[in-house]
Amino acid sequence: MGTVSRVNGPLVEVEDLIGAAMFELVLLGPHRLPGEIVTLRDGHATVQAYEYTGGLAPGDPADRGGSPVSALLGPHLLGGVYDGLLRPLTDAGPWLNPAAPTPASAARPWRFTPLVEQGRTAAPGTAIGRVEDASSPAYLVLSPGGEVSAIRQAGHYPHDAVIAVVGGTEVRLTRRQPVRLALPYLSRLEGTVPLTTGQRVIDLLLPVCLGGTAAVPGGFGTGKTVLLQQIAKWCDADVVIYIGCGERGNEMADVVAELAELSDPRTGGRLSDRTVVIANTSNMPMMAREASIYTGVTVAEHFRDMGYAAVVIADSTSRWAEARREFASRSGILPAEEGYPADLASALAAFYERAGRVITLGGATGSVTIVGAVSPPGGDLTEPVTAQTERFVRTLWALDRDLAYARHYPAISWRDSFSRDADALTHGAPENAARRARVGGLLAEADRLTALAELVGAGALPARERIGLLAGRLLREGFLRQSSLSTLDAYCPPERTALIADALLTILARCQDLIEHGVPVASVEDRDFSPILRAKESPQEEILARRDTVLDDLETLR
Amino acid sequence: MKVWAPVEYTGVAELRGPLIVVQGTRNVGWDEYATIVLESGERRHGLVLDVDRDIAVVQILEGTGGLRIEATRVTFTGSPLHISAGTGWLGRVCNGRGRPLDGGPPIFGDDSVPVAGFPMNPTVREPPAEPVITGVSVIDALTTLVRGQKIAIFAEGGLPYLELAAQVAAQAHTGGAPFNVVFAAMGLTHSDAATVRDILERRSSAAELTLLLNLADDPVIERLLTPRIALTVAEHLAFVLRRHVLVVLADMTSYCEALREVSAARGEIPARRAYPGYLYSDLASIYERCGRIRGRAGSITVLPVLSMPAGDITHPVPDLTGYITEGQILLAREVTSYPHIDPLSSLSRMMRAGVGTGRTRPEHLDLAAQIQAGLSRARQAGELADLVGESALSPIDRRYLAMAEAFRTRLLVQRPDEARTLEETFDRAWDVVSTLPRSELSMLGEEALEAGYRGES
Repeated sequence: MGTVSRVNGPLVEVEDLIGAAMFELVLLGPHRLPGEIVTLRDGHATVQAYEYTGGLAPGDPADRGGSPVSALLGPHLLGGVYDGLLRPLTDAGPWLNPAAPTPASAARPWRFTPLVEQGRTAAPGTAIGRVEDASSPAYLVLSPGGEVSAIRQAGHYPHDAVIAVVGGTEVRLTRRQPVRLALPYLSRLEGTVPLTTGQRVIDLLLPVCLGGTAAVPGGFGTGKTVLLQQIAKWCDADVVIYIGCGERGNEMADVVAELAELSDPRTGGRLSDRTVVIANTSNMPMMAREASIYTGVTVAEHFRDMGYAAVVIADSTSRWAEARREFASRSGILPAEEGYPADLASALAAFYERAGRVITLGGATGSVTIVGAVSPPGGDLTEPVTAQTERFVRTLWALDRDLAYARHYPAISWRDSFSRDADALTHGAPENAARRARVGGLLAEADRLTALAELVGAGALPARERIGLLAGRLLREGFLRQSSLSTLDAYCPPERTALIADALLTILARCQDLIEHGVPVASVEDRDFSPILRAKESPQEEILARRDTVLDDLETLR
Repeated sequence: MKVWAPVEYTGVAELRGPLIVVQGTRNVGWDEYATIVLESGERRHGLVLDVDRDIAVVQILEGTGGLRIEATRVTFTGSPLHISAGTGWLGRVCNGRGRPLDGGPPIFGDDSVPVAGFPMNPTVREPPAEPVITGVSVIDALTTLVRGQKIAIFAEGGLPYLELAAQVAAQAHTGGAPFNVVFAAMGLTHSDAATVRDILERRSSAAELTLLLNLADDPVIERLLTPRIALTVAEHLAFVLRRHVLVVLADMTSYCEALREVSAARGEIPARRAYPGYLYSDLASIYERCGRIRGRAGSITVLPVLSMPAGDITHPVPDLTGYITEGQILLAREVTSYPHIDPLSSLSRMMRAGVGTGRTRPEHLDLAAQIQAGLSRARQAGELADLVGESALSPIDRRYLAMAEAFRTRLLVQRPDEARTLEETFDRAWDVVSTLPRSELSMLGEEALEAGYRGES
């Protein structure tokens, strides 16, 4: 039992905490507020507290928690909403009072089915049983490795009941897992399987692979949160962990409500059944925000180990970096760029490195994909968090204020974004690579021509280049723009994306052909392209007919 | 619960900026409220910023002027600052710490509640819905305030943003549902404060409004409490008494300057423009107190009002505010008449949830989108006209310029004391779009056009 000696906001110093370890949990004061040891020196510990410390005074008791800061993993996670330390929010009252902690969840019994027999040997990481009434997908209980000396029969068990003894270790339905350490796996795999997000600009031009990393930098008002919500809703992952890290409470309420209403296009269940929401809104304690990112990745790794594809969506990593800066500043660590501690870059790198597609200990294939939002102050993309993040991610979806201002959503800039996995992903699909190259090439050309046209006027350009401008317009309006509100357009499956892109490319090729055969370019520009521009809002089987309507209309010019 | 012991400490070790360092303290908790007594008997108040064993650092709300190391006594209350919340605040004018300025008695209420508040559980939040009608046409039509949201007013220098904030506070209503306003003024000059008081006079005497007034020459540090007291009063009105409450916080730039001053006095490592690194979290702890709770009738709508230093929207105060709020209403100098709102740079992200059938008008969203699109086109046409002359524009571009002019005269321009009903605002909005040919109004449905369009077809 130690004694609090100093309190400065979330920074608490504790004396006489004998035998404590770095990153160990500490319970502070009469309300036993959780905190984590970040420095140890001659029996003095510096603790970062995860709750508001108002009223905590020097002389108050401080208790060792005995283990590193951990999260309770188990079948209750899917479909729930938790705070940064994975404590359930659903059962808490309307106001979060640190002195009146929330009740532990996972209280209801779960239906367990054994998958191995007593006496057999279960290798580490293999499934010894499943919980079927949790949610989709099925929750697997994994073996710590060894001989199964006892296992329960199928039936309902409370979350903390011992359901098996394997290699002398008791196995329960839930377990506590330290959040700052990555869960082990056997080996890493190359990223060659795409994560389909249902967003055309991403899936065709800037794809991300299972086990990949993507960052979304964007100033306020550029539609960052809407884009992340779209990915959370429509990406083809098995499990989605949505971390609201220092963001708006109303948005979290919105996400939770929408996920509960929407059905999963692949399983037919509710989207919330495959989602774990970690809500640490900007008015909740700042240091729990720092932990929430790690908690979220730990949950993802847990599902990865069951052989699932998990996606972590963190909105926003800038708030996490700010929490680290705040604590560093209070504990007197020398500042580097813009007051951020010098370990910002390594902390960001370590976080994104927890993504990956792996062979699990049990031999299954699972993945953790990380998508992190970045909120650059003043929209300045050279600020430290944005600049360092760009170094470590394999995909960048940069949001552009001018596009957002023109109501072009998702406002992903095709100029400033990159995907380093694009080539690997299209290795086995040459037609997709060709499609990407053509669309990307036309957009780049249209950008160059637009700049030129602003100088000399579009009318002064040769016919060929005016078709280049037309191509830019059609691709922007008919392909890149995607409405998050339209039921048909919000989610665009890959085959539909390909169909729309090909239809536009065919039309543009026809336009090119027409002017080469002497048709005046102005008459091509004046044709009505609206049937194909609205193709994205129409059923898939109509797309080809719409293309043909435009092609037939163009033919009349010949 | 800590045992309350009114121990008086005299061991003042240091006075620096707004801070006083007290030695020899025992059991003083962080963020506790303190009372400081000068040798003249004058009482001042403070908050504990740091406690290290027996040393407490206290920020004094009224400043340290005139304090002496030898003859200053400090007592601690044993808990963070509480106020008593209740309807007693309505109709009152108080200073930035909640002490009456109107000559009335101190305010007693039903509940003693901490001004820091508790974070609202995100899972009990009901997403914002239903409008707050401000009586200002351009706001109601294009950037509707939605109950439970937070939306900021950003102003370039020299514009009458306080008048607009006060006008909204004086006129706003929720169509008959119980409605109150809490207006927290921070760092206002005497003349501004007089104007604001004047505009709010009627509502205040009808006991529908609370005014907290921290003037430019009042203690700077006091401002750190003002918005929190305002929101604590509002939370009680909204979530205990189930009313709709609009909280106006003006000017948040003055608040942030006070925060920077304390941060500098404490020797903290500065972030952007010397504002503390926790500015975002601090602002969020204020703005995020808006909202609605599932199953309860009331709501809190927060309207932070701030002047942008040097008109720079990337300055940390508007920038971080913009990251937190759900939209902004921008006052620009290039809009030359009151209320100076630039419709193309203003946005209410929650508007979809606040307008439409049964709330305002069925065609509201489409009409707003049509006006925005028309103004955007008119701006392009205007830029072109600057280059080539208006006579060289196409006839349709000239119609758009005429539409922008109709927008300015019919919808935008409004007197500071003029409250327009929703009917009047929509009437004017239809006048504006009706200056365009009907074929240009692609965003409005047939039914709405049939009912509302009054141009020649």
